[in-house]
Amino acid sequence: MDVAPSDTATWPDALFDLLKAHQVRQVAFVPDAGHSRLIRRCQADPEIKAISLTTEEEGIGLLLGAWLGGERGVLLMQSSGVGNCINMLSLSILHRTPMPMLVTMRGDFGEFNPAQVPMGNATQAVLEAMGTLVRRADHAEDIVPTADATLRLAFNTFRPTATLIGQRVLGAKTFGKE
Amino acid sequence: MASQSSGMLRRREVVSTLLSDRGELVVIAGLGAPAWDITAVGDHPRNLPLWGGMGSAATIGLGLALAQPSLPVLVITGDGEMLMGIGALATIAVARPPNLSVVVLDNEHYGETGMQPTHTGAGVNLAGMAEAAGIRRVFSIRREDEVAPLRAAIHEKSGPLFAQVKIDAETLKLVLPPREGALLQARMRESILGPEAHLA
Repeated sequence: MDVAPSDTATWPDALFDLLKAHQVRQVAFVPDAGHSRLIRRCQADPEIKAISLTTEEEGIGLLLGAWLGGERGVLLMQSSGVGNCINMLSLSILHRTPMPMLVTMRGDFGEFNPAQVPMGNATQAVLEAMGTLVRRADHAEDIVPTADATLRLAFNTFRPTATLIGQRVLGAKTFGKE
Repeated sequence: MASQSSGMLRRREVVSTLLSDRGELVVIAGLGAPAWDITAVGDHPRNLPLWGGMGSAATIGLGLALAQPSLPVLVITGDGEMLMGIGALATIAVARPPNLSVVVLDNEHYGETGMQPTHTGAGVNLAGMAEAAGIRRVFSIRREDEVAPLRAAIHEKSGPLFAQVKIDAETLKLVLPPREGALLQARMRESILGPEAHLA
């Protein structure tokens, strides 16, 4: 696992408010510590269907189905999960369907775990290779405006979009080895 | 009608029965033969035959069923496609949409790539996996007289429902649906949401 935002960080609650403002009704996720508070807020909201997945690619299918039925969805995941979605992102391009993704980064900035580095380093490249418009937020104050742009771009122009929330914001877990 | 000399159910006849008197039914078909099967019955705005995204059919149905809880949503797919996204059974069981049905036409082969065997021919029991996942209504179907009751159950919206239908591994003439994905998406949205779908 990685690092959860501190209790004093305000951006997870502001992201929740943003999802509400964009009338998001389905929030699909594979849990990540960086998204833990946002996931809890979504689970507690009766207007939002918070769907826990067994693998991130299920979220791509779910978002297509939601859109077919007239609902907006968002996929929350860690950067390693992006690798699980690659082929499925074809669906967003083929069916001209909004697929906004909010991705918490690992293997990105001061990573401790060598296993996280290959996918973390490739996350933006593979998303862009599959036609996703990617923007990064590496400072806490950038997260909400960047996610807002990502949601607008997806819902207004019908394509996969992603905000990558940098490990610089989240911090790197050290497994007790400071 | 529905069985040939092998005694097994025939896929096109099963699908024809499942889509009869379809009413408001919305249908997602997995890529390959299930997409040709639903199209053989007749192309329809509420059909979304997939051309790719193998392993996604059940979760597309889930998102649609959650968004439109009053509509019966039917996913028709093959055993190979279901196996590729088998975790979806767990996700569906937990999300519990009563209006979602997943029907697997199980011929125990990958039909589009040369009829290589899938795991279901080697003892893997998809209905058993669905039941173990906690899907509420699970059917395992081999006989013609079980197909019409399955069609009725799909319209009852008292699921989630999963059915494994063992079928003959016959290769049939292709009946191709439109392959412009934007069209398939937009026509289904318009059918469900009306013309304002395009102004969202």
